[in-house]
Amino acid sequence: MKHIKTINMGALKNSIAKPGCKECANSCQSACKTSCTVANLECENR
Amino acid sequence: MKLHKFKQMGMNIVIDVNSGAIHIVDDIVYDVLDYYKYKDLSEILLNLKDKYTEEQIEEAYNEIKQLEEEGLLYTEDPYKNIILNDNGPSYIKAMCLNIAHDCNLKCKYCFASEGDYKGERKLMSPEVGKRAVDFVIENAGPRKNVEIDLFGGEPLMNFNTVKEIVEYARKREKETGKNIRFTITTNATLLNDEKMEFIDENMGNVVLSIDGRKEVNDKIRIRYDGTGTFDDILPKIKAMVEKRKEGKQYYVRGTFTRENLDFYNDVMMLADEGFKEISIEPVVLEDKHPLSLREEDLDTIFEQYDKLAEEIVNREKQGKGFKFYHFNIDVNGGPCVYKRISGCGAGYEYVAVTPDGDIYPCHQFVGNEEFKLGNVFDGISNDELIKTFKNGHIYNKPKCMECWARFYCSGGCQANNYSFNKDIHIPYELGCKMMKKRVECAIAIKAKLMEE
Repeated sequence: MKHIKTINMGALKNSIAKPGCKECANSCQSACKTSCTVANLECENR
Repeated sequence: MKLHKFKQMGMNIVIDVNSGAIHIVDDIVYDVLDYYKYKDLSEILLNLKDKYTEEQIEEAYNEIKQLEEEGLLYTEDPYKNIILNDNGPSYIKAMCLNIAHDCNLKCKYCFASEGDYKGERKLMSPEVGKRAVDFVIENAGPRKNVEIDLFGGEPLMNFNTVKEIVEYARKREKETGKNIRFTITTNATLLNDEKMEFIDENMGNVVLSIDGRKEVNDKIRIRYDGTGTFDDILPKIKAMVEKRKEGKQYYVRGTFTRENLDFYNDVMMLADEGFKEISIEPVVLEDKHPLSLREEDLDTIFEQYDKLAEEIVNREKQGKGFKFYHFNIDVNGGPCVYKRISGCGAGYEYVAVTPDGDIYPCHQFVGNEEFKLGNVFDGISNDELIKTFKNGHIYNKPKCMECWARFYCSGGCQANNYSFNKDIHIPYELGCKMMKKRVECAIAIKAKLMEE
């Protein structure tokens, strides 16, 4: 494409194929204790 | 909202909200997107004829159309039914253990009321701690990974209990096949060789509190006699971090307030001291508190985040990169959609336990009797409240459903929502605005580094 460069091919939608194991950390367990972000957690089932 | 576009670091970035696709586009596409869904091509040509040629506009239009057909722009939300049909049990597998409702500091912004959570100053006994370990193992069901955060107040005021809990958990881990990960959050004042050795050996993560520059830290993070802690804690934090061998996590963590809206300088001070994992979070306080962040501070805060994002890219390119916790978004990975739509987990996957063994939805709800879920000795007595938290996801938060960042923040902090709006389903708006800014910066950093 000339005008658009895609840098992510829909990783969120593709993750629907994952088992949804819920083994990942809870966000407040790491550095955050007051301002929850979920998207910066790591997947335990890559 | 299906699409979000913004400009950062000289790039035009477009996020397809529901698929998670991210695109860098030129000015023509950026402008055509303003009309694409509302006008046909002939009208768009008319609207933009003074800026671009017909050929340019048509090309841009067709590229947008192609991505839409490929499911990378304007996609629908296919996830809602997953969560609405999830009637299965939930498992409590993460726990914040309030080892001490007491603290040797009286930081001016403390949400825990200088450590006592508005109750009696108290230390957790080893018996309560061990019972809490059993409770979380029993309630974790099929989950293999169990997390325990040793928190307070200041947990190192009760180091013997910390040691006994860890020793007991290691034994129970072997018996049950669970993988227990410990984190400790400390103000660093009580660190000595013995404690550092123990922490390094046993903690998956150690969170070390310092607010940045001496003048900033010492105005807020003070002892009972009013003196600042900076000169005492910086060498201890450095010694602790030096012990953490490759791959072992730590975070040097601070809070910014109205007193240091120029918190970029605090992050940089910590980076210049050699720390590689840094978190500086916005304080959350009611409006009338002198340290609280307010709507009128946002422009300054956003400028600081912008500046920080640019400097992180610069340093990364020079091989001197560091991690800023809130910018750690892995655009090609991160948690799966199941996690993102279920939220932070407070109240049904994650709970907090007081020195008496009382259970609350998270550390921020501790002390609010309305939110007591039960006790580690008697179990959960308020199943309804657990359901409320489990159902407190984005699809039950109307404001989140209008927001492009919903799959990044997953509905925000329930405790903040409650303390500002008396309802976990109504987001804490100032927090939302800062969150959105941080997500934009995080994505821009990744885009920039991928671009070059």
